[in-house]
Formats: sequence, C-alpha cells, structure tokens
Amino acid sequence: MNNINNEKMQSVNLNAWFGQKQVLKNINLSVKANAVTAIIGPSGCGKSTFIRTLNRMHELVPGAKMSGQILLDGQDIYRDDVDPVQIRRRVGMVFQKPNPFPTMSIYDNVAAGLRLTGAKKGQDLDEVVERSLKQATLWDEVKDDLQKSGTSISGGQQQRLCIARAIALKPEVILMDEPCSALDPIATAKIEELIVNLKEQYTVVIVTHNMQQASRVSDFTAFLYLGELIEFGPTRNIFEYPKNPLTEKYITGEFG
Amino acid sequence: MFHGYKFRKFQNKLFYFLCLLCVVIAVVPLASILLEVIIRGAPVLSINFLTADGLHGGIGPAIQGTLILIGLTCLIGVPVGVLSGVYLAEYGNNKYASSMRSINDVLTQVPSIVIGITAFSVIVIGVTGSFSPLAGAIALSFMMIPIIARTTEESLKLVPNSVREASLALGVHKWRTTLSIVLASARGGLVTGTLLAVARIAGETAPILLTILGNSYFFQGFNAPMDALPLRIFLNSRLPSPDAQALAWGAALILILMVLSLNIIVRLASRGRLKR
Repeated sequence: MNNINNEKMQSVNLNAWFGQKQVLKNINLSVKANAVTAIIGPSGCGKSTFIRTLNRMHELVPGAKMSGQILLDGQDIYRDDVDPVQIRRRVGMVFQKPNPFPTMSIYDNVAAGLRLTGAKKGQDLDEVVERSLKQATLWDEVKDDLQKSGTSISGGQQQRLCIARAIALKPEVILMDEPCSALDPIATAKIEELIVNLKEQYTVVIVTHNMQQASRVSDFTAFLYLGELIEFGPTRNIFEYPKNPLTEKYITGEFG
Repeated sequence: MFHGYKFRKFQNKLFYFLCLLCVVIAVVPLASILLEVIIRGAPVLSINFLTADGLHGGIGPAIQGTLILIGLTCLIGVPVGVLSGVYLAEYGNNKYASSMRSINDVLTQVPSIVIGITAFSVIVIGVTGSFSPLAGAIALSFMMIPIIARTTEESLKLVPNSVREASLALGVHKWRTTLSIVLASARGGLVTGTLLAVARIAGETAPILLTILGNSYFFQGFNAPMDALPLRIFLNSRLPSPDAQALAWGAALILILMVLSLNIIVRLASRGRLKR
C-alpha cells in the first residue's frame, strides 16, 4: 500500500485527449484521504476531464483517450484486469446538473445504486435510505414524501438527493463536478456545508469555477490552466501566497 | 402609423383563420368516416352479432381472430422491435447500424401486399403448408418490427445522457442501466410506438388475406385458416346481399372501437404511479 502520506488517489503522468485535441498534459497530483481537494481553473482548462478520469467516466465519451496512471490506494485503476464498474462503486460522482432518475421516487433514487448493482444483500434498504438522506441533510425535508417523484423537489434538494444516492453505496471517494453551478446561493450554502461534513467519512474531490467556494470548502487546491497543472498545494497557500504569477492573476480575477 | 398597426393586426387574424381552416379541412374527412361507420354499423350491433359465428350472422370468429393475431404479433414483434431499437440507440454508433437504419426505413415503406405475398410463398407454402394464424402473425410482425424499432430508437435518444451517466457513475453495468433506467425513462414513447404499430397492423388486410384466408368458424388451431375483422370487412363488402354488407359495416365499427379501447386501456395501465 502506497499510503504513507495518506494519499487516497494519485494521478501519474496523466494525459487525456478528445480525438486529436489534448486536454490534459502530464498531470501529477495527489488527493489526500478525508480531505476536500478543489480543482479550479477557467472554462475549458480540463477540470471536468480530470475528475472524470478518476472514476473512468472519461472513457465513455466517444473519441476520448488517455495515458498515464490513476492510483486508488496505490493500485492503477486502468490496469487491464480492473473492471471500471467496480471502480465506479468505490469512487462515486455527483454531476453539474442534478440528475435524479426521473421515473423513480425519492426513496427509489437513493436505493437505486444498491438495487441495480446487486449490493443490497443483507442490508436493510429503509435504514440505508434514511441514513443516506440524513447524511445529505435532506431527510427532514422529504421524510414525509419519500414516494414523491425524485424530480418533483427543488433543484437544490435534487442535488442533495443525488449526493444521498452516491453515498448510499458507501464509496471511498466522492467526485463532484461543479455541483452548485445550477443552484441559487442558499442551496449552494447548504451543499457547501454538506461537503465539509462529508470529509469526515469520505475523500472529496470537487471541481468548481467559483474561487470563493474553493477557499471556503477545500483543504487542498489545484489550479489547472489550458490542460496543465499550474500549482497545487494547501488551499491557504494557494490563495494567500500563490507561487506562480498565473495563479495569482487568476485568483485576483485578472482573467478567467 | 395606426394604419400600419391595423394592417398588421389583420395579417395576424388572416394567418390564424388560414390555420383554422386547414384544421377543419383535415378533420372533415375523418369525422365523416367515423360518422358513416357509426350510422351504418351501429344498427347491426347486438349480442348475437358479437358472439355468434359466421353461419349465425355474427362476427365472433373475426373478433377472436383479430385478438389472437394482435397477441401473437406483439409476442414476436415487441421484443424484437424494442431490442433492435435499443441496439440502434445505445450501441448504434457504427456503419453497420446506419445501414440497418436505412433497411429498417425501407421495410416500413414496403407495400403490405408485398409482405403478404412473401409470407404466402415462404411461410404458407414453404413452412406451415397451410393458411394459419402463425403465418398471419409473422407477416404482420414484419410490419410491426420496423415501426417499433424506429419509435424505440427515437424515444431512447430523447432520454438525456445525464441520466445514463448518473447510473453508470453508481457502478451499474451498461446492460442494467439500459434496461432499468433508460428503457424505464422512455416508457411513454415505447408505449406510444407499440400502440401505433398495433393500430396499424390491426387494420391491415392484404397480408392476412394471403396468410389466414378467413373462416366462418371460431379458432380451429394454429395450423388452420382463421378469421379477422379487416378480412371480414373486405370479404363481406364484396358480397351482393345488403345483410352481408351491413355485417361489414358493423365489423368496421367494432375494429375502430377495439383499437380505441386498447389505446385507452394500455395508456391507463402504463401511466406512472409516482406522486408529483
């Protein structure tokens, strides 16, 4: 186990392409366990692509390629004998736009992962649903409406439902791809609070184009620009003493 | 300035009435068909008419035959059609699939008499050796499969990719995602497509004329000729006796009512049960 520095995931010499276009260039980055790592950078810098290589969602896009390694607990998740489906059970994901299953109730949405992966053996679904919704701080708002459609609640509630759906499977890492970009400030504040709570049990990687959000929720921050990792370190250092002039320009709002 | 405003208002009204006029023109023939069928068909309706066999002035065998045909055809056509649609929508990003797509489109356009004569020479003569409900159902499923494959593909493509990704990101296998998430989300479109196909094949005459032949008696087995409503309408309308022709009108009314009620029942049964 390559866990000396408490590193949950690592990217090693990671390159990624869409067709001929290279979108990630030699990224080397470590994600610490039980911490929140934020990926910031202007639109099109490869943030989303990077996070999608961490649970092998990148390869689902037609024309997508990658090279290099992604280590999860020191094991390369791109080795030939690794089933991407198993990786995705260990590394969960929350998307930019809330995407609850439209045909399912709130209850079924949370239970979907366990039911459809056949992982529910020996588990009490009611209990898992309640625990996950409580962890996602949604329980009190929906406990009387569990049979209502998952798409009938507000956008912020839908996003917390998606978080509950992801944590119901007890993943080790939770990836969040701009989880608040479709939400209003109040809903955003709730999700941010939730993210900080989640790191007690999970490792969180969050992509955001909102620098204030990164500084509020994260312990480590990586700044990507045009597919390259410009700077990476503890969030305070990045925001207060950026080493690279490009990072400084970005966080002071000179471009982006 | 005010003159210009009045003119624009007039243009607006003119366009509105043109549209309305076209709707009326489109509805008139439809309404007159329905009216004609009801006026001529309703008087012959009776319990005896619905349940008796051909020798006792009823269309019972035709109603039974059409139900059997619809059932058998759906048994073949729905799984094959839906799964072909799934292939085209979920795995069809290749050359093979695009040629399948155009073959499928051609198959939708093939005149039904051609399908009938093919089924006659291949199945009736070649395989079963007699006119039979099976031959009829196979001929009709040739018509049903391309319609269902097409509508399935279209409705699966309307399911947003984010829903697929949500499921895959949970570590759900692709086949399970397609069956439990994507097909469920497209349920409305699948039901509509199937109903359209059923309505279409329930009224087809040419393919069954050459495959099930017609029969005055109730179901005789899977290897014997059978009756069906469109066939009864066709055969009786060519008879000289006004009584036989009245029977054809009655059968036409029943066919319309059958397709209509099937529509309503299936829609009610497949409606989502979730509270909004």
